[in-house]
Amino acid sequence: MRGSSLILMLGLAAAAAAVQFVAPNSTTLLTLILAKGIAVLGIVVLLQAGQVSFGHAMFFGVGAYAAAFLGRWMGSGELLSFLVLGTLLSGIFGLVVGLFVVRYREIFFGMLNLAFSMVLWSLLEKMFHYTNGADGIRVARPTLLGQTFSPQNSELVLFYMTLFLAFVATILVQRYLDSPLGNMLRAIKSNETRLEYLGVSPQRVLLFGYVVSAVLGGIGGVLVAVAQQIATPEFAFWTKSGEFVFIAILGGSGHALGAFAGAAVFELVRVYASAYLENTWQLILGVVLIVIILFAPNGLVGLFRRAQQAKDS
Amino acid sequence: MDSTIIILAAMDGVAYAALVFLVSVGLSLIFGVLRIVNVAHGSLYAYGAYVAASLALAVSGISPWLTYPALIVASILVGVLIGGAMEYFLLRPVYGREEVLQLLITFAVFMIMDNVQRLIWGVQPISMAVPLTLLPNVEIFGVNYTSYQVILLPAVALLALAGLRYFLRYTLSGAVILAVTEDREAATAIGIDAKRVFLITFIVGASLAALGGALASPTTSLLPGMGTEMIVLSFAVAATAGLGQIEGTAVAALMIGLARAFAIYTYPEFEVLVPYLIMVLVLLIRPQGLFGVNRVRKI
Repeated sequence: MRGSSLILMLGLAAAAAAVQFVAPNSTTLLTLILAKGIAVLGIVVLLQAGQVSFGHAMFFGVGAYAAAFLGRWMGSGELLSFLVLGTLLSGIFGLVVGLFVVRYREIFFGMLNLAFSMVLWSLLEKMFHYTNGADGIRVARPTLLGQTFSPQNSELVLFYMTLFLAFVATILVQRYLDSPLGNMLRAIKSNETRLEYLGVSPQRVLLFGYVVSAVLGGIGGVLVAVAQQIATPEFAFWTKSGEFVFIAILGGSGHALGAFAGAAVFELVRVYASAYLENTWQLILGVVLIVIILFAPNGLVGLFRRAQQAKDS
Repeated sequence: MDSTIIILAAMDGVAYAALVFLVSVGLSLIFGVLRIVNVAHGSLYAYGAYVAASLALAVSGISPWLTYPALIVASILVGVLIGGAMEYFLLRPVYGREEVLQLLITFAVFMIMDNVQRLIWGVQPISMAVPLTLLPNVEIFGVNYTSYQVILLPAVALLALAGLRYFLRYTLSGAVILAVTEDREAATAIGIDAKRVFLITFIVGASLAALGGALASPTTSLLPGMGTEMIVLSFAVAATAGLGQIEGTAVAALMIGLARAFAIYTYPEFEVLVPYLIMVLVLLIRPQGLFGVNRVRKI
């Protein structure tokens, strides 16, 4: 990673940490943005290989329910154990599903992902006895390292934890994408056959990327479930998957930071549109998406780069 | 399981399959020609249903029999106006662009249509059962059922299947569509207007989805989420058959419709699960679908 983008990231992280002093009420919103951004990072990873998963919310759902079940079982729960379990389960789930889906490309890849996610969604919705169906499972405020916090402090703790994880995830993902393995992932998009001629198995390269993206989705799911204090089947529904792909394209898949930029714009539009213009946030987001696709296909990261180039020249 | 339940489930399944077929075949046709998976397809289904219900309620005061033409008019209106505008203004600029962007633009349309639908018709269930009650009930193997669902719906579905088959195989316009699907450049070179073909195909596909919704409107109450559920279900059917397979879609719709109906009577908690389970199993074994042809891999 280049030094300049590390500095940029540190600056952004510091800014995010500072925002909650200026506007303390925005802590939960910031947490949601960062947590969703982590899940969207997973989509960005797969987009490098040119593959779109229209079912990635399943890992988001796995993470959320991992936290919910563990929390119910332990009484209140420990944030770190939620995260560990969420990571493990989504990783294993990603590996199993990945073994099947990495054999397919393009529309087949997308559809098979969709099918798997809908199977999970209908199980969560219908196994009422275990999952409470559409009502979901409440996630109690977890402790951190055994410490209990007041509701307000608990929000802060979760925010800093999310900020930290988002920071680490961005660095690791960017390093991964810049590594030989990440370059091979990109080669799947540009020319998969050549990859085979080099003696590399594209399936294995994609599987690694798939598991990485599944884990990112799972961690995002744990954090959002804890922030919203509930896990529902909606977490794994196809519209959620569509939302992630939307955010990835909105932010731009050129840099890992795009995921967070996209998530910030998405959530801000959602919050402000539903506050000031009643019941039209979906409409507004749809229009934003169309404008981005038609006029700025490289997303916010692309716009930022274009502005930078114009300044340099 | 006694025989009455088997017959009941079979009739439920056939009626449901007929509706799902109309929607899925539209999706499949659009994919076959334009190579775009239309995520807003379920919204077209929902709009077909809502517009049909509104129109039918408006004319039912004059004569209840006018509700039948109202269903047809509603589906053509939705198909031509919404479908046509969608292809012309939104899809046309993204042909040849990345697949993600094509998919996402239809997702954007889905978000907008979903929202506008709530704004126009609200979130309260709407029901309009006039066409259903006009036709008499029939008794099949001792089981009483509405002839609207067990005769009219399958008849319309079969008519659509035969019509599409005839249109694509035996008419000049059909041959033109197939030519564009097969090789767009060569077709354009011999003077075929590929843009027009895309527009017409999309309108036909959209009208089929709207027709499915219009015909479904008397049988169920209309709810905000109906399009969201239908889109994945029609995906499941179209993918199980193999995208672009017209006849295969009919078989897959019947298969999934029956399986779902039997699940409702035996293990109701698996009703939603069944279609997706079938889809996963079929795609794992035959990713190109039951009736799809294996595509040669491009280097």
